[in-house]
Amino acid sequence: MIKAILVFNNHGKPRLSKFYQYFNEDLQQQIIKETFQLVSKREDNVCNFLEGGSLIGGSDYKLIYRHYATLYFVFCVDSSESELGILDLIQVFVETLDKCFENVCELDLIFHVDKVHYILNELVMGGMVLETNMNEILNRIEEQNKLENKEAGISAAPARAVSAVKNMNIPQQIKDIKLPDLPQAIKDLKF
Amino acid sequence: MALKKVKGNIERMFDKNLTDLVRGIRNNKENEVKYISQCMEDIKQELRQDNLAVKSNAIAKLTYLQMLGYDISWAGFNIIEVMSSNKFTLKRIGYLAASQSFHCDSELLMLTTNMIRKELNSQNQFDAGLALTSLSCFISTDLARDLSQDILTLLSSTKPYIRKKAVLMMYKVFLKYPEALRPAFPKLKEKLEDPDPGVQSAAVNVVCELARKNPKNYLSLAPVFFKLMTTKTNNWMLIKIIKLFGALTPLEPRLGKKLIEPLTNLIHSTSAMSLLYECINTVIAVLISISSGMPNHAASIQLCVQKLRILIEDSDQNLKYLGLLAMSKILKTHPKSVQAHKDLILQCLEDKDESIRLRALDLLYGMVSKKNLMEIVKKLMLHMEKAEGTLYRDELLSKIIQICAQNNYHFITNFEWYVTVLVELAQMEFGSKQGHIIADQLIDVCVRVTAIRPFAVNEMSQVLDVYASSTQFTIMQDVLYASAWLCGEFVTELQKPESTLISMLKYKNLPQKIEIVFLQNILKLYARCLMLYEIAEDYDKIDGMYEVTQKKLRNSLKSPEIEVQERASTTLMMLEIVQEEIMKRKEQKGNLIDEHEDESDETKPTTKIDEEHTVAASLMVLFAGELNPVAPKAQKKVPVPEGLDLDDLIEEPSLDESSSSDSEYEQMGNLFYKSEQKPDRERYQPELTEEERVKIREARKHEQANNPHYLKGAAKRDNDNGSDNYQVEDIPIAELALPVQLKVLSKRSDKYLNLESGKSKKKKSKSKGKEKRKEKKVESSTDGEDDAPNVIVSQNIEIPEGATLSDSESSHDNMDDPHRALNIDLDLPSFEESLVGHPKLTDKDEKKKTKKHDKHDKKRIKDKKSAKKSPPQAEDLIINDLLLVDEVEQNQQDDSSHVKVQDEILVGDNEVQEKKKKKHSKKDKDEKEKRKHRHAGDGTADAGKDKSKKKTKKSKRKEGDKENTKSHSKNVGKLKMEFDTLVKTDDDYEEAHGISTPSKEFR
Repeated sequence: MIKAILVFNNHGKPRLSKFYQYFNEDLQQQIIKETFQLVSKREDNVCNFLEGGSLIGGSDYKLIYRHYATLYFVFCVDSSESELGILDLIQVFVETLDKCFENVCELDLIFHVDKVHYILNELVMGGMVLETNMNEILNRIEEQNKLENKEAGISAAPARAVSAVKNMNIPQQIKDIKLPDLPQAIKDLKF
Repeated sequence: MALKKVKGNIERMFDKNLTDLVRGIRNNKENEVKYISQCMEDIKQELRQDNLAVKSNAIAKLTYLQMLGYDISWAGFNIIEVMSSNKFTLKRIGYLAASQSFHCDSELLMLTTNMIRKELNSQNQFDAGLALTSLSCFISTDLARDLSQDILTLLSSTKPYIRKKAVLMMYKVFLKYPEALRPAFPKLKEKLEDPDPGVQSAAVNVVCELARKNPKNYLSLAPVFFKLMTTKTNNWMLIKIIKLFGALTPLEPRLGKKLIEPLTNLIHSTSAMSLLYECINTVIAVLISISSGMPNHAASIQLCVQKLRILIEDSDQNLKYLGLLAMSKILKTHPKSVQAHKDLILQCLEDKDESIRLRALDLLYGMVSKKNLMEIVKKLMLHMEKAEGTLYRDELLSKIIQICAQNNYHFITNFEWYVTVLVELAQMEFGSKQGHIIADQLIDVCVRVTAIRPFAVNEMSQVLDVYASSTQFTIMQDVLYASAWLCGEFVTELQKPESTLISMLKYKNLPQKIEIVFLQNILKLYARCLMLYEIAEDYDKIDGMYEVTQKKLRNSLKSPEIEVQERASTTLMMLEIVQEEIMKRKEQKGNLIDEHEDESDETKPTTKIDEEHTVAASLMVLFAGELNPVAPKAQKKVPVPEGLDLDDLIEEPSLDESSSSDSEYEQMGNLFYKSEQKPDRERYQPELTEEERVKIREARKHEQANNPHYLKGAAKRDNDNGSDNYQVEDIPIAELALPVQLKVLSKRSDKYLNLESGKSKKKKSKSKGKEKRKEKKVESSTDGEDDAPNVIVSQNIEIPEGATLSDSESSHDNMDDPHRALNIDLDLPSFEESLVGHPKLTDKDEKKKTKKHDKHDKKRIKDKKSAKKSPPQAEDLIINDLLLVDEVEQNQQDDSSHVKVQDEILVGDNEVQEKKKKKHSKKDKDEKEKRKHRHAGDGTADAGKDKSKKKTKKSKRKEGDKENTKSHSKNVGKLKMEFDTLVKTDDDYEEAHGISTPSKEFR
């Protein structure tokens, strides 16, 4: 079983956290922090396994991680998982991300953490490996994207327009403008 | 209406979406907290809107904030709202948030049941998939119970995508709702041969997880897995299967033998390292499980070790790590073959990777011999000087000590060396927190190895000297504790007690725990010095010593620690009394000298003080007697006084009392179990006849025998035939003449202890006559006890199976482990068919569920039929596969006969069942409630009745075949237990299943 999947950057900022066992938010943060400290002090050319996360796991659990450029992908697994198998799985995960985002980089994960979750959900479900065949995974993701696009249709047009506009590097102030009175004003209109 | 829509859209235009939130947080690095709290306010605003799109936007942002550590449970209701949307896009956001923030104790979950059911039955596979994925993260017992049927139907969905997810989901359902396992299992088994590789892989995955915790229930699937293993090429699945076999082989050695060949082939043929590694691992497990006797063993081990060597030599650190890991498994059973690779392992100690060094250290443990111990330890100590990181240093330290101390210091030929090493370690690692280990070792060695005492004590006094003369910490404080104690305890071995006393008096700033040891031992040293001076009649020195000592002690009187104060004042008072006495003697002596001044020299020797008459001697009486180590289990061996039968009921039972006494030894948890006492409980209390009581008692004993968590006495445990015919009178009971005399009863386990100690004694005396182990002198009333059990032994005292240390400690954890409840023998047809009417339900529930049950019934009947057929099929399969031709097959046959017999009970004995049902429904009413309070005791009572009923039935039946009846009664026993578990309430199912066969953990 996989107990948790964590992705954080070289500074320990979480980019994705998925716990398959319940921890409250504070504990989750502590786990991320501890895991980061354990993993980050290791050099790049050492092995990808380590024991001894005190918060997560126990004697039966291992942290298996891979370090890609600015990101750490850490899986916390018990002894029923094959160590090398999980390493492969991380590779599959990253390659899938790469396909979905076209040359994935940290920014993609930062801004589309929800999408990353959806992708991960096609690989792992409830702590168990769901699918390891990348084509299969990609197909499913594609189909679901289509479904979303279809739904979006016309109703999403304004939203899309807005987000397009927003992405056009408009100064921050405009974006942060709030129009609290507007809905009230509309409500007050009488017919 | 239209306006509302427009309004929503306009708002959305200006709402911040997730991207904006992320960007905002990045732009407000300095006051992130403030920015986020502002965003939270916005989100709360948005959640108040009616527009689901707005809400989902808010929820998406919340999900992001949750990752950053913000609690979003307050938005649970809104999340559910978004989940209920018709649009996949929005729903998806809701389900994601739910999977991230909900957990099985969320109260809101009950709101989701119907919604999720709707999704599960949706036409769109992604709707169902979404719900399944999310549900897997937060499923609760209630959800599992209510949805298990729906998920079960999904197993036969036409879409592999759904099947796959449903299969995995079933595992989560089992964990929360173990009762689902039995009805679902046949389907799950089918999925092992699903045409879709993904589904198949998922099913393998689930069965592996199940089997990992309760392997014996899945032995019958071995042929299926064997087939899969030899025909499939999906590495992922192969790894799982091979891992599963690793778990199964310890239970069925014949399986292991069959496995070796294909596994060896795989090892030779595969190019995938992950697969290769798992194959090696399983081969190792097989080899461990087969206790020698096969000639080609050596070859297999050799192959494994060779392959592992290749892995370890690989430049890939991962392979190196795994190689070492697997090597340590071989080490336990075949140390010789690993020892051949000592060079390689020592080399790994130099590795820059800490994980690898730690693994290598583990291996080192098995590498040492008498010859190379010193060399290896020296290397390790060199390492320690260089090593960085406290974790690793601590590990090194404890490993050094472990290596040396293993097997009662088996490998140590020179204890002077060892003491020196310990002192060196203490000086090297004075900052470490591992001091207590070293201190314990020092004390242990000195106490147990008499010959080393002079050396060790003087070494210790040096340590104290160094400590006294330097101003900085140069040694672990804990070691001072050991030194002070040893110097005091074995003061006669000290060369210069007075100087040691002076060093000890210079203590400063010690922790309380150590200071009190100092105080106590200062007194011991003082007594010794006093004795020496008295004999020498050097009263001036005594005075001087008294002055110094009492001055220091007066300082300690001011200590803030109460314990220190107390000891200091006691010591001080004692010194004063002694000093008074000394003064008297001094005067006397002065007088004597005056008197005899002119007399001849001949009389003088008579005034010479001998040891026994010194004042010091009376002080030393306080510390007289040898301290001996006590075996951790010694307490257990104190014989039970005559006339005390621990199994006897203290009072003749009304049922309630028996239950309370049951709960005492059955489940401590019961003490804390909130019993919902109903006022009219007494009314239902049935009168028990004497016969019934006997039955109850027997049943309870039987249960105790089967209950792995019941700590039995050793004598009882030894009685393999079960405790049914166990007679208290048969145990030899020694008289207990307390308080002075303590007779230690020899038990069977003692024999091993004696053997072992004898062995190790021999070995030691061979290796060096120097070390003698102290035997505990057992003061006993009888004379023939020369070979009284040696109680000191040993780190490796044999632990009775029910009473392993971990067991008693982690019993609480075990209770939490959901896998215990999944320990269900799946080969047996469900007994619940016959009992379906009886599950414990309140009347309301019963009404609600009758419909459902009817459905269940039909289904079960089907299942039953298939169960009837399936065993022979399984048999055929086995024969075809030529897998487990001999024993397993027989087992299967047995099984199938069980099944038939069982079916007869179920189908043929309808009458009896009717009767039973009636009886049950009568009894059930009153027992239901009682069970709540005392499931353990009552369960057994029931069991007894059931059993006896079965017995009478059985005698009516024509089968006289002994084998059959025997196995049958066994079956009934099992089924009875299952029945017991069935009627338990949900929250105590764990306890209930504790009764059934023990789940063994794997090494």
